[in-house]
Amino acid sequence: MTVQDFWALSPEIAMALLALLVVSVDLVTRSMAKVSAVAIIGLAAPIILTLNLWNGWFGDPAVGPALFGTVETDPFSLFFKFLLLTVTAGTILASVKYIASERVKDHGGEFVSLILLSVTGMMLLVSATELITIYVALELTALPVVALAAIHRTKQGVEAGTKFFVLSAISSAILLYGFAYIYGYTGSTNLDVIMDRLAVLPTEAGVPFGSYAVLLAVIMIVAGFGFKMAVVPWQMWVPDVYQGAPTPVAAFLSVASKAAAFAVIMRIMYVAFGDPILMQDWSGLFAILAAVTMTVGNTLALSQSNIKRLLGYSTIAQAGYILVGLASVPANQVGATFAGAGPQGVMYYLAGYAFTNLVVFFAVIAITSRTNDDSIEGLNGLLKRSPLLAGLLVFGILSLLGMPPTVGFMAKVVVFSSALNANLTWLAVVGVVNTVIAAYYYLRVVRAVVFEDPADESTFSGDKSVLIATGVAAIGAGVFGLAPFLLLEFAESALSIVPGL
Amino acid sequence: MFDGLLTVTVFLPAAVALLVALFARGENSDQQVRWISIGATGVTFVLSVMVFVGYDQDLAGVQMVDYFERWIPVDALRSSYLLGVDGLSAPLVLLTGILGMAAALGSWRIKKRVREYFMWLLLLETAVLGVFVSLDLLLFFIFFEFELIPMFMLIAIWGSGRPRYSAMKFVLFTLAGGAFMLVAILAIYVTPDVNTLAMVSIPADGIVGIPELMAGADLAAPAALIFGFFFLAFAVKLPLWPLHSWLPDAHTDAPTAVSVMLAGVLLKMAGYGLLRINLGFFQETNGFTIHDVAGAMSIIAAISVIYGGIITIRQTDMKRLIAYSSVSHMGFVMLGVAAVGSSAAETSAGGLNGAALQMFTHGTITGLAFLMVGLSYDRTHTRHIPHLGGLWKKMPLIAIFFMVAGLGSLGLPALSGFVAEIMVFLGTFPVWPWATGVAAFGVVLAAGYTLWIVQRVFFGERPATPGLSDEVYDNLTDANWIDMIPVIALAAPIFVVGIWPSVVTDMFDIGIQAVLR
Repeated sequence: MTVQDFWALSPEIAMALLALLVVSVDLVTRSMAKVSAVAIIGLAAPIILTLNLWNGWFGDPAVGPALFGTVETDPFSLFFKFLLLTVTAGTILASVKYIASERVKDHGGEFVSLILLSVTGMMLLVSATELITIYVALELTALPVVALAAIHRTKQGVEAGTKFFVLSAISSAILLYGFAYIYGYTGSTNLDVIMDRLAVLPTEAGVPFGSYAVLLAVIMIVAGFGFKMAVVPWQMWVPDVYQGAPTPVAAFLSVASKAAAFAVIMRIMYVAFGDPILMQDWSGLFAILAAVTMTVGNTLALSQSNIKRLLGYSTIAQAGYILVGLASVPANQVGATFAGAGPQGVMYYLAGYAFTNLVVFFAVIAITSRTNDDSIEGLNGLLKRSPLLAGLLVFGILSLLGMPPTVGFMAKVVVFSSALNANLTWLAVVGVVNTVIAAYYYLRVVRAVVFEDPADESTFSGDKSVLIATGVAAIGAGVFGLAPFLLLEFAESALSIVPGL
Repeated sequence: MFDGLLTVTVFLPAAVALLVALFARGENSDQQVRWISIGATGVTFVLSVMVFVGYDQDLAGVQMVDYFERWIPVDALRSSYLLGVDGLSAPLVLLTGILGMAAALGSWRIKKRVREYFMWLLLLETAVLGVFVSLDLLLFFIFFEFELIPMFMLIAIWGSGRPRYSAMKFVLFTLAGGAFMLVAILAIYVTPDVNTLAMVSIPADGIVGIPELMAGADLAAPAALIFGFFFLAFAVKLPLWPLHSWLPDAHTDAPTAVSVMLAGVLLKMAGYGLLRINLGFFQETNGFTIHDVAGAMSIIAAISVIYGGIITIRQTDMKRLIAYSSVSHMGFVMLGVAAVGSSAAETSAGGLNGAALQMFTHGTITGLAFLMVGLSYDRTHTRHIPHLGGLWKKMPLIAIFFMVAGLGSLGLPALSGFVAEIMVFLGTFPVWPWATGVAAFGVVLAAGYTLWIVQRVFFGERPATPGLSDEVYDNLTDANWIDMIPVIALAAPIFVVGIWPSVVTDMFDIGIQAVLR
């Protein structure tokens, strides 16, 4: 290992050390306030180190392949590292009260440190450029979440944890199978080399991807990651786990886990299978997945009565919208002017969705921690009981729905227009129709909050830390909605992974 | 270029709304919120006057441009933050300024959830102003749709009757229209020859607009379809027969000030869209132009005018009556737009000018009418016409100004309604004599329902039973000075434009000429 390798991995190393530090603080002090304080202040270290990689404050910005070509600190990975770090900070801030509560008091330190360990895995995942590293990082991401989901040790919690563990193991196995095919066919696990080899290997006419081996491999890889992205038909775990797991964990899963999975699948697809002809093949695959995911997610959400379950289905549907961007590959574009819109749209959508979803989840955390009621009726008349939280929740929901001028609307417009440009008009139409269907269940929540009369008139306000986290997420969502260029230009610089751009 | 005035004008109400929502707290905050909100709409009114007066008529073109090119910097949808006014939009900005202030003043008596109420009212003003000054199609769409949220809340929470039903109906109608519009916008953008969202050309900023680029271009979708989608969105909002059924419900159940805004400026967003987009974009398009459907438009307009007028006469609820009269009067706007004729040679700029002026005058006249109904309702607590009568003796000011609105609406010379209607008729008659001839009967109907309601409510005998009880009737009071401020603010333009129409028609003419290329 060279010094440059250390710099390249410095955010991940700092994150792992922070996780250990947090456990130690817990062990020594048994004070949850100190645990939270250390975790939040400590997050400054990986953030500064990531900023350093972006700006090159301490010597050269160590951008480029590192660790024998297994990780890459390019703008693409840094974009996602910033996103993950922001989400982590928000999640920990929103959990301050939660880890001090009776239910998890004895494991509060472990709770925080498991989140940090999982994020370490995700940060590694978004920069990995080699299949084995991707696999290891993925396992590091998933295993802490198993423990997090089951941290309550109630029947429901254990069920959620077990479900996540078993399905996660199966999906990893499928993924590994796919990787094995790729390795067997191309003789390499390095994404760049795979692309070069695929270009020279003989292809069979009329077969997608030029060979059944590659076709099978791609399907398995997509299936493996489909589990993480919560894409239909690998979505079954989502509502159960969201409902059973602690809400901060669900928030974390719905945003961070999804972002990391989309990042790595984008990298694999664009780098290893970035040949324009291959691109068109996998574009079709993602287009079908997108249409199915949106439609199934939204349809199942219609009849939900539990807010956490509803949000679970909503995140499935949102994954479908993001897949629309993934399917809109430059290789299909109508004119030469639209290059890269799809990938850029994916990144904008993911970031906007992250902020929006955090607003909703954090607001739900703040509300349910007071009302102890997960049902949608439990939100009745919230506007009278807690105007600030109600306002934030409605704002988040309207953004998920895609109401102008929220970031949710902007992201949808960008993604759908990139689909139009990529000759996927039918997919854009399916997306618009789905948005209208989704309006029904999102507006049900709004109706309960704004119009229904509360069963219990008592007023309440959220915990300060959760309110701050929600407020910051809401400001983020608001700003990125009104000023989309802030994120889109950032996302543009991260298009370095797309070949030919 | 970034002039800044329009940005400030548009976002000032929203900024104040945000401040009010976040910081107004405590026991006495309601009164503060009222003052702050009225102050904000007052400043916005002054700013809108500055926009109107500051527009240099000799220079013409688009002025006061706020341009930030890289607002959405993706190649798939390059949308810029582009605000500007021309002769068409400047008077409408002024109208919004006037009505926004009148609506805030007219909401003085709102007691329920005051802070939220004014927050939504201010956001509504921002949305409407945004529609009139946006020159980027996506931005236009965003403001056009954003207006739904405040309107929905205002009707559903502060409305009477069946507010949630009416609010939902309003939202669903507009949302459905809006979805078509978004598709049309994207279809224009993805056309390789167009590939821009700028609604007008602004040479100073190097902006080439859609009207120029669309001329003769091969569009990504048939031009007739794109035209139809835009037309549908605006026809719902205008509203045109047979898509008008949301309007009476929304008006009847909305609080007074919201009715004022709805009739006064929200409907004008549709008229503005028809002129700016349907007329502006589709004059030289390949395969289909607005000229092909001008005849059909004149027929729908005539039906709207007559159908609206006949239904109006049958109404027994004062607000519902005025709401239906809006359907009739907005039909005149459509009729004026139809003056574009079946070929460029036939186009009558006078008719188009009349359409634009009709929007302005209808905004003030109907706004005033709703305001007066609201004042009367506050006192009598009924809008049921057969229950009323003889109110003249008790509330002469309200009666007089209701009559001003009524006479303006039936087209009495020296009031602004006359000028607008005569311009529409004179302009459109040479182009579509039959449709215009039929629509002209709308004026007769207007005279009928206006004079009849005035007679029944204010002058006729009090009904024996079950009208107002003697106790209620004896205690009726006239409008006080606070009530009169918004009344005067709305009545003044009716007289000014009636006597000196060129103050706005010159402006509109510049705008129409630019739209006609």
